[in-house]
Amino acid sequence: MDWEKVMENLLLCTFFLYVLASVVFVIAIVGKKWSTGEEVHVRRWSRLGIILTFVGVLFQVMFIITRIIIGGHFPTSNMFEFASFLSFTIVLAFIVIFYIYRTVVLGAFAMPIAVIMLAYASVFPRDVEPLIPALQSYWLYIHVTTTALGEGAFVVGFVAGLIYLIRAVGHERGTTGAAVLEGTLLVLVMLIGFILTSFAFSVAGYHAEIQHTFEGQQLVQAYDMPPIVGPDGGEVLRMQPFLGMTHPLFEAPSWMQGQEAARKFNSVIWSVLSGSVLYGLIRLAARKRISELLHPMVKNVSLEMADEISYRAIAIGFPIFTLGGLIFAMIWAQEAWGRFWGWDPKEVWALITWLFYSAYLHLRLSRGWHGLKSSWMAVIGFVIIMLNLIVINLVIAGLHSYA
Amino acid sequence: MENTKCVCGHNNPVGTILCEYCGKPLEEDQEANRPLEMRYEGKARRSQTYQTTWFDRVWNFFSSVKVAIVLILITLIASAIGTILPQERYIPSPDPAQFYVEHYGVWGEWFYKLGLSNMYDSWWYVTLLAMIGISLVVCSLDRVIPLYKALKNQQVTKDLSFISRQKVSHTLKVTEEERDALLDRLATQLQNRRFHVRREGHALLAEKGRISRWGPYINHIGLILFLFGALLRLVPGWYLDQFVWVREGEIAKVPELPYYVKNNKAEVEFYDPKELPGKKENAQPTVKQYKSDITLMRQDPRTGRLEPVSRKVIMVNHPMEYKGLMLFQSGFQPNQPLSLQMTVTDKKTKKSVGTFTVNLYHPKESYPLQNGGTVRILNYFPDFTMEGDRPATKSEFPNRPAFVFEVITPELKKGEKSWMIAQTNLDDINRNNRYDISMTGLQVVDQSGLMVRVDKSLPVIFFGAAVCMIGLVMGFYWQHRRVWLRWHEGRLYLGAHTNKNWFGLKREVEQIAERAGLKMSLTQYGQE
Repeated sequence: MDWEKVMENLLLCTFFLYVLASVVFVIAIVGKKWSTGEEVHVRRWSRLGIILTFVGVLFQVMFIITRIIIGGHFPTSNMFEFASFLSFTIVLAFIVIFYIYRTVVLGAFAMPIAVIMLAYASVFPRDVEPLIPALQSYWLYIHVTTTALGEGAFVVGFVAGLIYLIRAVGHERGTTGAAVLEGTLLVLVMLIGFILTSFAFSVAGYHAEIQHTFEGQQLVQAYDMPPIVGPDGGEVLRMQPFLGMTHPLFEAPSWMQGQEAARKFNSVIWSVLSGSVLYGLIRLAARKRISELLHPMVKNVSLEMADEISYRAIAIGFPIFTLGGLIFAMIWAQEAWGRFWGWDPKEVWALITWLFYSAYLHLRLSRGWHGLKSSWMAVIGFVIIMLNLIVINLVIAGLHSYA
Repeated sequence: MENTKCVCGHNNPVGTILCEYCGKPLEEDQEANRPLEMRYEGKARRSQTYQTTWFDRVWNFFSSVKVAIVLILITLIASAIGTILPQERYIPSPDPAQFYVEHYGVWGEWFYKLGLSNMYDSWWYVTLLAMIGISLVVCSLDRVIPLYKALKNQQVTKDLSFISRQKVSHTLKVTEEERDALLDRLATQLQNRRFHVRREGHALLAEKGRISRWGPYINHIGLILFLFGALLRLVPGWYLDQFVWVREGEIAKVPELPYYVKNNKAEVEFYDPKELPGKKENAQPTVKQYKSDITLMRQDPRTGRLEPVSRKVIMVNHPMEYKGLMLFQSGFQPNQPLSLQMTVTDKKTKKSVGTFTVNLYHPKESYPLQNGGTVRILNYFPDFTMEGDRPATKSEFPNRPAFVFEVITPELKKGEKSWMIAQTNLDDINRNNRYDISMTGLQVVDQSGLMVRVDKSLPVIFFGAAVCMIGLVMGFYWQHRRVWLRWHEGRLYLGAHTNKNWFGLKREVEQIAERAGLKMSLTQYGQE
């Protein structure tokens, strides 16, 4: 049996099941005026949505097991594996919160975020890699899975916060709140843009190679997207012309560290470009802002409920994140490197995430930051997690940069 | 603030919001229809009571959660700035001043000049952490004591305004005849839900999950212990962070400690291409594990001999531990020069007159030659460099060994000086010599880099972390729920409070009421 083929198919099934679940949850809330009557409609479609979600989880579990069989280790060792596991934990956290609060609308937002995360994961090389000596420890699974579980809960907290914001300010015109909310959604669209361009160029088989010197070594950077930005002092070895472009338009600034920095920076540029185009198309088609577009979906949501869900998800995630992202991380660091804390960028960003959510909790519990303020905090928390996931691996080199 | 005597007759300390006895709000100017502010049970805190001496001022400063949050946010932003460029400990250069300018230009220069390149050890960052620590202690003490007192001395019969102004509240008509039976049924149902129920006259107080309220304080104690543990590293002898390279077969002194370590075998293991998943065309060998078989030794004070005390094959993630001393596999350098084989040739006869082998770490003073002569080493520079016009050595490691030999043979009247520098042609200098000395062999050896650590504060630190976790779990996975019931003049007043999950509380109270034969809808805010 070709296990790798099986694994790929399981991943593909997971992806489509999550997409389907997202669609079904959206239908459950927007199609209330259908002939069956509101209550029956919501009950019927939300049940279908959660069933699809469960089947998706089942497939992802099988995917993980298959990958363990192939690679001999739990798949949390590179960027693809971590990001796809994060999509898994987002879905798990959603299921838990769904069963506490039975809010269908949460599914219509949380499942698409999980889909985006899984698609984002698939942009990275999917080969099963052998473990480097530093990662050969059972703490790899314990530390990474627990951290991802905590972050999954935080992401669901963000989703509920987003629902609150769309409900509260999404329909407003000309307010700062509405503008910032739209900006947040634009960043999400850019992430989608990045995923779509990656797949488009990968299907088209685009390839370019640029040689440059990095710390005294001659290196070749392989591009899968047309290089708008090339490495510092790079020389084009091979490049398929793209729209008449045969050379990178400019070189990456030298302060960007890491041998792959220019290629990654190139991806960011493509995300911004394609995301902006995608956003422009949505605006042209809908003739309204995305937040206005989404507002009808959430207009029946109780603000108090959205606020409580957001807080609850974060309250559930906080101890788990503390355990996985800090305590287990410290135990492992002690065992692998002989110091439980070394101010490695990724460690520092885990601390920043933790400090931020503790500020969130103190503001909420002691200073009465509820509702709007609290929801904005949940959004910022998500931004920090994404910064940690994307930017730290992109721009800053450290012990954890495995992408 | 002056009027602290409640209408119920209880005298409250200054700063009290809700009467300690009956719960009646003391400041009547609060909007009468809004839910009560229930934080810390409305008790006065020390920071609100005393405000005169300098101690009070410092106390009041650190007791503010606002100050704590500002401290957290400053630490957060500072920490983030420190990650923009790598910290000094991670740069591959011993000269940071030069490194930052070279690699990152003006930004790098300022990053270094502002001390951001070694930020996490700087006095101001450590001060920030210390202030957070003080804030943790003061904030907790300021709140936990009044909270403890308030929860310990709860009255069952609360003021009606206290009950009806709870966030979850309900009032319904109940006749005097129905009253006792209904209260009995409610009490039973509450007990079925694991509430502790206390009754007094026509009033009832049900409570569960009070443990949740102590969670934050236990968590804070854990954090304080953790920070204290980190501080303990400053105690002499409690913390050691050293590194030592040991060649295979050699014994090296463990820095700063009365131990020696022998490297029996240094080894690097590669993945078998067959066991690698996926197809790799450019099969570059991938390292599977670095191993060192090491023996830890201690000098016997009487005999002066080294006695082995522990032996282990250490690997990455599998250190050796002996009485608080930890040795970590942390570096591997293959094929390091160990010794050089030299051949001496008579230029006249073009015949070899002998060979000798110099150990680059422990060179002997002289070596006999097969023809009866000797070679003396006049000078040895393991890591040759020129300092001005004087030869010198950069380090004790044989990166570029250089020798000044003296050849003494029966054929020569006096010894002949001969230079030899690795990777350098010195034919010019040695032109007039009769004997030529050249390198004819090199022996190499692998060496292991061992990280040497002592950290006696680890138990305190991890105990602190464990306490912190227990506190978090108590605080976030338990909920403190209370229900007050009071019958007064034909009406039953119900109020309920929780520290989190209001939705769950409302649902639970509704279910309890329903089982006791009451219909009430508490979800007045209208969820979906």
